[in-house]
Order: sequence, then structure tokens, then C-alpha cells
Amino acid sequence: MATITSDAAAPGASPVDGGAPKRERSATRSRLVLRRFLRRKGAVFGLIVVVLLYLMAFLGPLISPWGYAEPDYTAFLQPPSAEHWFGTTKIGEDVFAQVMRGLQKSLTIGLLVGVISTSVAALVGALAGYFGGWVDRTLMWVVDLLLVLPSFLIIAVLSPAFKGESWLLFVALLAAFSWMITARIVRGMTLTLREREYVKAARFMGQSPLRIIFKHIVPNMASLLIIDATITIGAAVLSETGLSFFGFGVQPPDVSLGTLIATGTDSVITYPWLFYLPAGFLVLFVLAVNLFGDGLRDALDPSSTRARKRATKSEEESE
Amino acid sequence: MQAPTGPYRKALSDVIGFLVRRLANYIVLCLVATFLAFALASLTFDPIGILMQRNPPPPDAVIQAKRVDLMLDQPIPQRFLSWLGGVVQGDFGQTVAGHPITDELGRRIGVSLRLFLLGVTIGVICGVVLGVVSAIRQYKLTDHVATLFSFVILSIPVFVLGTLLKQPAQAFNDLIGSNYLQTLGEATPGFQGTWFESLGDRLRYLIVPTLTIALGQIAFYSRYQRSAMLDVLGSDFLRTAQAKGLTRRRALFKHGLRTALIPMATLFAFGFGLLITGGTFTERIFGWYGMGDWLISGVTAQDTNVVATVTLFIAVLVLISGWLSDVLYAALDPRVRV
Repeated sequence: MATITSDAAAPGASPVDGGAPKRERSATRSRLVLRRFLRRKGAVFGLIVVVLLYLMAFLGPLISPWGYAEPDYTAFLQPPSAEHWFGTTKIGEDVFAQVMRGLQKSLTIGLLVGVISTSVAALVGALAGYFGGWVDRTLMWVVDLLLVLPSFLIIAVLSPAFKGESWLLFVALLAAFSWMITARIVRGMTLTLREREYVKAARFMGQSPLRIIFKHIVPNMASLLIIDATITIGAAVLSETGLSFFGFGVQPPDVSLGTLIATGTDSVITYPWLFYLPAGFLVLFVLAVNLFGDGLRDALDPSSTRARKRATKSEEESE
Repeated sequence: MQAPTGPYRKALSDVIGFLVRRLANYIVLCLVATFLAFALASLTFDPIGILMQRNPPPPDAVIQAKRVDLMLDQPIPQRFLSWLGGVVQGDFGQTVAGHPITDELGRRIGVSLRLFLLGVTIGVICGVVLGVVSAIRQYKLTDHVATLFSFVILSIPVFVLGTLLKQPAQAFNDLIGSNYLQTLGEATPGFQGTWFESLGDRLRYLIVPTLTIALGQIAFYSRYQRSAMLDVLGSDFLRTAQAKGLTRRRALFKHGLRTALIPMATLFAFGFGLLITGGTFTERIFGWYGMGDWLISGVTAQDTNVVATVTLFIAVLVLISGWLSDVLYAALDPRVRV
């Protein structure tokens, strides 16, 4: 939580916590954020589903009677049953065990990539926008270059080289190529924010550039960064599964939701469980992450207070 | 309209200078990007290795000939320069299998562009409208429906969405009792007819793939547009505009929408990147032999020339959309002087 320094106009302060003493104010603000968040049913649902899916991804393999690479030679392409909860594949692998294993891999990759890439984006974008000059030009040139070469293309081209390597290398590659969009948006907003009165005031009072960036510029983009961090987790899961779908990502014998969906696509009509189950888990996770991010935005973004009040009023009226 | 004079004209020429500099920058970027793709592909690909895996293994003389043919005996920058020299003269080199790339290029570009342009046009227009409408009617039914739609669509990857959309298309065909909606290929093989009939034929193949790609674009733009518009709706200058006597509608469209479109201008370039990746999946799912499909088969066949050609194509598209986005940015936000 950003505490607001007294020597500049308080951009993040909502009218509610105006004149209260400092200690009490921060407690009030976090309670306010929590209350706003809990009011959004979709967001709470998203959070619960995300937590449940992470738990399931790691606990599921423990309760499953079958291993993900352990074929049952008595059951080929069987529909879901008591023995095989999600059915079996054409060589008799248990689909439940495979989906859990794939979920585990995909979710871990998504979380790592989301956190790394948003931090990089905020830092690079704000530095480039604030300092301008050659720092800006160099950084934006790299950003533009990485845009002209889509990450999908680079990772696909590099994929023959990391066959047989650790999946962490794949994470590093995904993170290295997914921060550019946010960085450029952050830069665009910094360009405008830099000219605002409170930033100028802080500058003329002699605050250091880094302090201005972290105290006045980045907090003003909090809503954007939060939406973005969560959306990036979702997006990272999507790129991972996309690359794995084509065989450029997670390599066999390991599985991810992408490789499972790729196997299921051809038999969507004949053996629907092979496609719909992994695809369903993938969509459910990304949807939950997006809902969660959106709820966080509404809870954290001070500028939505006014809209909130109006909405609460109209909700009361409709009740 | 009066001709711009004085400081205004100076500002205008500044903007034009800025746009020209950006264009030059993008052209350099295209070359660097293509070189990087070429170099990365040359470093990681091993076409000879694929050849060696054949059973029985080909004789040494064949392998040596192939090596010379693919210029593997030369350093990478030199290989790139000789490939680029060919490109300048309209020759994109040969595939690993020895077919000239130029023969296939035009048809594949046509296939991809058809998909991209329709997707981006439908996506931007519908997305911005949907976003603005749902911001203005925040927390009303329209907003809830639009939000739900965007959330669900953005959560479905293209390779799942394409397969899913094939099911209602099939149901539609069953309903009308003919195979009107086609989901494999981009035209009936060997179709004969007038120009107009051929257009009609292509349309049958176009609908489901275009829908697949446009839905994602609409959802993408509408989310960000809603967000940007909401930020603007809470701002002081809009309240001032209304306090000065503008009607709400006029204030929203003249002052609000213009400001809310600024972040959109930046997003446009990136939405296009998303579109290209999405297009690759769409082409694969629906069996279109476009540029995206070529990239995948190029990587699988470890074919450097094909990968470099597709990269150049993508780079040129991103260049155009990036430059358009700069033009929009300069037009919308007069404060930006780089």
C-alpha cells in the first residue's frame, strides 16, 4: 500500500480517508479496498477458483490412483468412469492424472512469467517515459524490435534448441518476450503524467527522479499494472499452451494443457473428453484469473470511487 | 478550414518530422528483426540432421551437395546478405526441399491478409464501440453482458475457440440441410465460375475463421477501451466541459472519447501482434495455407529461408500498424513531442 507523502498533492487518496491521522488512515484504506473487493461476486468467485485450481493442480496427482505416464493396458479410449474419472487416451493413459499434471505445469509457468514480466515492464516503461532522451530511445528501440519479432515466432524458432532442456528455460524465454506491450503503455502514460502539476511540484522541491517514479508515477498506474499483472498470468498460460499446442513448448514425455488439447483436437467429435476436459480447465483458469484481476482493479483504483458510489446508489434503488 | 499559420505550422512540421523519423526507425527495425530471425534460425536449425535421419541414410555426396546448396559452409552474415540480395530482386530463395519460395509467396500472403484485414477492421470498430458503450452504461445490463462476453472470449485460446466454433457451424449446416459453412480450406478446390461466384465460394470458407479471429479482437479492444473511457469519465476536465455548458453527449464525444482513444493508439500496434499470432492458429485449425501455417511448417522442417521470409512479412505488417499507431497518437495527443 502506498502511503502518501505530505509534500505533494495526494493523487491516490480517496475523499474518504482525507484528514484522518496517518496510522488509522492506512488501516481504513486497506479495509476499504477489502470491502470493495468482496462486494464483487465475480472477483471473489475468480479468486476462489484460482486458489482451488492451484490446490487441485498440486493435490490432484496425490489422490489420483494413476500416474500421468502410467498406461492402463486394459482400457483404451474409455469414456469417464469410476475407474478412470476423466476417461483414458488411446494408449490407456488416465486423463485425470494427465490433466492435473498439465494444469500444474501450465499454472506454475503462468505465475512465474506474469510476475517477472510485469515488474520488468513497469520499471522499463516508467524509466523510459520519465527520463526521455537516449535512455528512452534505447529502451523503446529494444521494445520495438521485440514487437516486430513476435515472441511466438522467436520461441518457436528457438524451440529445436531447448528440446531436452529444463522447462525453466522456457519460462525465462516467455518472460523475456512478454513485457513489451505493458512497457510501452506505461511509457505512454508516464509521458503524460510527467507533465502533471504534482509531479512538477515534487521535482521542483528537489525529490530524486527514482523517488518521483516510485511515489508519484507508478502508484498512479497501479490500476493498469494490476490489471496487467493478472492478465499477463492468463496471457502467459495462453502463450505457453499455444506453443505447446504446436509442439514448441513443453516437450514430451512431460505434458501441459496445450499438449493435451493438441492431442484432443482431432478427436473432438469421436472422443470428446480428450478435448473438452483439458480445454475446459484451461478456459476456467484464465477466466478466473481475469475476473480476479478486474475485481482487484475496482477495489484498488481510487478514481473509480465516484462511479462506485453511483453504482451503489443505483443498486440500492433497484433493491 | 484556415491554413495553419505561425506557431501552429511549426508544431505541424514537428509532428511530420517525428513521423518521418519513426518510419525510418521502423525500416531499420524490420531489417534487424529479419536478420535476427535468420541468425537464430540458422543457429538452431539443423536441416542436415533431418536429412541424416532418413533410412537408408543418403550418400555423403548428396549431403555435401545439400550443404553447399543451403550455403551451410558460409558464415551466417554472408548467408543473410546473399539471401537479402535475392529478396531485393524479388527472389526469396529456396525451401529446404528445393522449391522456390517466391512461387508460393503471393498466394500465401493473399490468404493471410484476407484474414488479418477483415479481423482487424471488424475487431477495432466493434471493440471501440462496445467499450465506450459499456463504460457509459457502467454496471447496467449492457455493460454486464459486454463484460461477460469479453471475459469469456479472452479466456478462450484461439486454438480452442476455432474448434469450438466448428460445432455450431456444423449444427447450422445440419439445420439448413446443406454444407454452406465450410471449416476446412479457403476455397473449393478446382472451383470454376465467374469472379462473383468465386467470391461467393470464398465467403463460405471465410465466415467461421474470420469470426474466430474477430471475436478475440473485439474482446481485446473493448476491455481496454472501457477501462480508458472509465478513467476519463472520472476526470476533472470532463466535469469542467459539462460545467461550461456542453451537453453530456457532446462532452463525452468531443473531449472524453478523444482522450480515451490515446492509449488505444498505442494498443493498436500490439493488437496487431496478437492478431498475427491468432491468425497462425486460425490458419492451422481451418487448414488455410497462409503465412502463419508456413511459419509452423517452416520451423518443423527447420527451414531458415521460409522462417526469414515469414518474419519479413510479419515485420512489414507490424511496421505499418506501428506507424499508423504513431500517426494516430500524434493526431490525438498534441502534447506529445518526441
